[in-house]
Amino acid sequence: MKDRSASFVRRLLPFLAAGALVVYPLALPRFYSSLAIEIFIMALFALSFNLMFGYAGMLSFGHAVFYGIGAYTAALVLKHAAESMALAIACSMAVSFVAALVIGFICVRFTRTYFIMLTVAFGELVYVIGHRLVGVTGGDDGLVGIPIPQISLPGLPVIDLSNMRVYYYFSLVIVAAAAVVLRIIVKSRFGHVLRAIRDSQQRALFLGLNVRRHLLLCYALAGLFAGLAGALLVPFEGMVSLETLHFSTSGNPIIVSILGGTQFFLGPVVGAAIFILVKDTVQNVAEFWMLWMGIILVATVMFLPGGVVGFVARFKPFRSAAGIAKKEE
Amino acid sequence: MILIQFLNGLSTAMLLFLLASGLTLIFGVLRVINFAHGSLYMLGAYFTYSVAVFSGSYWVSLLAAPVFVACAAGLIERFFLRRLYVREHEFQLLLLYSFVLIIDDATKAFWGTSIRMVPKPAALTGSIEILGRAFPTYTLLIIGLGPLVALALFLALNGTKIGRQVVAASLDREAASAVGLNVPFLYSVVFVFGAWLSGVGGAVVAPLRGASPGMGMEIIIMSFAVVIVGGLGSIWGAFLGALLLGEVLAFGTLIVPNLIVLLPYAIMILIFLVRPQGLLGRGGG
Repeated sequence: MKDRSASFVRRLLPFLAAGALVVYPLALPRFYSSLAIEIFIMALFALSFNLMFGYAGMLSFGHAVFYGIGAYTAALVLKHAAESMALAIACSMAVSFVAALVIGFICVRFTRTYFIMLTVAFGELVYVIGHRLVGVTGGDDGLVGIPIPQISLPGLPVIDLSNMRVYYYFSLVIVAAAAVVLRIIVKSRFGHVLRAIRDSQQRALFLGLNVRRHLLLCYALAGLFAGLAGALLVPFEGMVSLETLHFSTSGNPIIVSILGGTQFFLGPVVGAAIFILVKDTVQNVAEFWMLWMGIILVATVMFLPGGVVGFVARFKPFRSAAGIAKKEE
Repeated sequence: MILIQFLNGLSTAMLLFLLASGLTLIFGVLRVINFAHGSLYMLGAYFTYSVAVFSGSYWVSLLAAPVFVACAAGLIERFFLRRLYVREHEFQLLLLYSFVLIIDDATKAFWGTSIRMVPKPAALTGSIEILGRAFPTYTLLIIGLGPLVALALFLALNGTKIGRQVVAASLDREAASAVGLNVPFLYSVVFVFGAWLSGVGGAVVAPLRGASPGMGMEIIIMSFAVVIVGGLGSIWGAFLGALLLGEVLAFGTLIVPNLIVLLPYAIMILIFLVRPQGLLGRGGG
C-alpha cells in the first residue's frame, strides 16, 4: 500500500512540477518572474559545467569564458546583424562551441592541478582580451542598448520577449529543452564513457578508448550550453557587462553544482535555485553577499559532499522524489 | 635606463617569489594548489595597514602582519582543511576557493573597497642615485629581501630536522609516515609557513602599492604563472620563474606596452605546450 502510494506520488510529481512552473508567473507579481529567469539561466550554466565536472571529472575555473562569449555574440548579432533571437542563439552556441574546442584542445591534455590552473589562465586571458577589445565588447562599459527581439511565428500572435512574463516562458522552454538534451547526452554511450574516464583515465585508456577526444568533445559541449545560457542573459538584462567573463562568474556554476550535488543530474538546478534565492535575500539586508555564499559553500564541502540533493535523498520519505534526480553511478 | 628597468623587474620578481615559494612549497607537500594564497597576501597588506595605523610604526606591522596571516591560515588548516585530507583533492581545492570568497568579501566589509595606503617607513623614503638616475631605496630593500628568503628557505629545508622531514614528506608521503614522521603535523607547518610568506609579501608591498580589494586575484594569477614556468613543487624553479616573469614584465612595458597584460598568460601557455613539468619541475601533478 505504502509502496504503491509512493510510486503514485513519484509518477505524479513531474506533472505537478510542470503545472506549478506554468502557473507560477501568473499567480505572482512580475518580480518573481525575473527571479525565476535568473534561476533558469544559472541552472543551465551550472548544468553545462556539471557535464564537465560531475560526469567527466574536469574541474574548470574558467567556464565563464564560454558564458561570456555566448552573451557577447548574442548581443552583437542582435545589435548589428538581425533582431532575431533564433539567429542570436544559434550564433552564440556555435561561437562558444568553437572557442571551447580551441581552448579545450590544450586543456584536456592535462589533468587535475594543471588542468585547473590552465583553465584559470585562459579565463583571465579571455577577460583581459575582452577588456582591451573596446571596439567589440565595449570594454568596461559593456554593451548597452541591445534591442530586445520579438518572435513572430505564422498563425501565432507576436511573442514580445521584453515582457518579463513572456520571457519567463521562453527561457523556461529553452532551458528545459537544453536539460533534456543534456540528459540524453549523459545517458548515452558517450556519457558512460565520460564516467569511465572520470573514475580512471588509465583504465579507460586500457579499454582502448580515445580519452582526449571524449574529454575534448565534453568540454566543447559544456562550452556550447554555457554559450546558450549566456545568450539567454542578453534579452533579460538588455545589456552585457564585462563581468560575464570575470573569474567570479566562473566560480558561480562551481558553487551552484556543489551546493545542489554534482552526482545528481538535477543537482545544479536545485543549487541554482538556492544560490539565486540566497543572493536575493542577503542582498536586501547586507552588501557583501558572497561572504555568506562562501560560508554556505564551506559547510557544504565539509558536511554535505553529496550536496543538498544528496542530503535529501538520504531520507526514505524523500527518496522517491529525489529518484527523479537519480544518482549517476 | 636599462639598468633601472632591470632593477624594477628584479623587485617585481622578488615579490612574486615570496608568493610563489609558499605556493610551490604547499603544493609540494599537500599536493593541493592553495587558491587562497592571493587572498592571504591581500589580508597581509590590510593587516599591515591596520597595525601601522594602530602602532604608528611600519616596522612593527612588518613583523606582526605576517604572523596574523599565519594564524588565520592555521585556523583554516586545523579546523577545515585537515578534515578533508582523506577526501578527493578537489574538495580541498573547493574549500580553499570558498575561503577566497569569504576573505575577499570580509576584507571589503571591514576595510571598505577603496585603496588603503601605508606610509613608507621614514628611513626608506629616500632614493639612491644609480648611474645618474634616482632609484627608490625601498625598492632596493625588496630586491635584497628575495635572495635572503631563498637562502633562508634553502638552509631551513636542508639544514634543520623539520626541514628535512618536510622534504621527505614531499617526496613520498607514505614512506615518510611509515618511518614514523608526523605527516599531519608537517602539513600544518608547511601550510602555515607558506601563508606566512604570502603575508610577508603583503606587508612588503603595502607601502609601495597600498592595500586594495583586487590585489589578491592579480597576484595569484601571476604566482600561478611563476610556479608553472618554474615547475610545481620546486623552490628554485619558483625563484627562476619569478626572475624570468619579473624581467619579462619590466622590459615588456618598454617594448610592447599594449600587450603587457597578455604576456604572463602567453608565457604560461607556451610553457604548458613545450615543457609542462616546468623548467625545474620533476613532473607529475
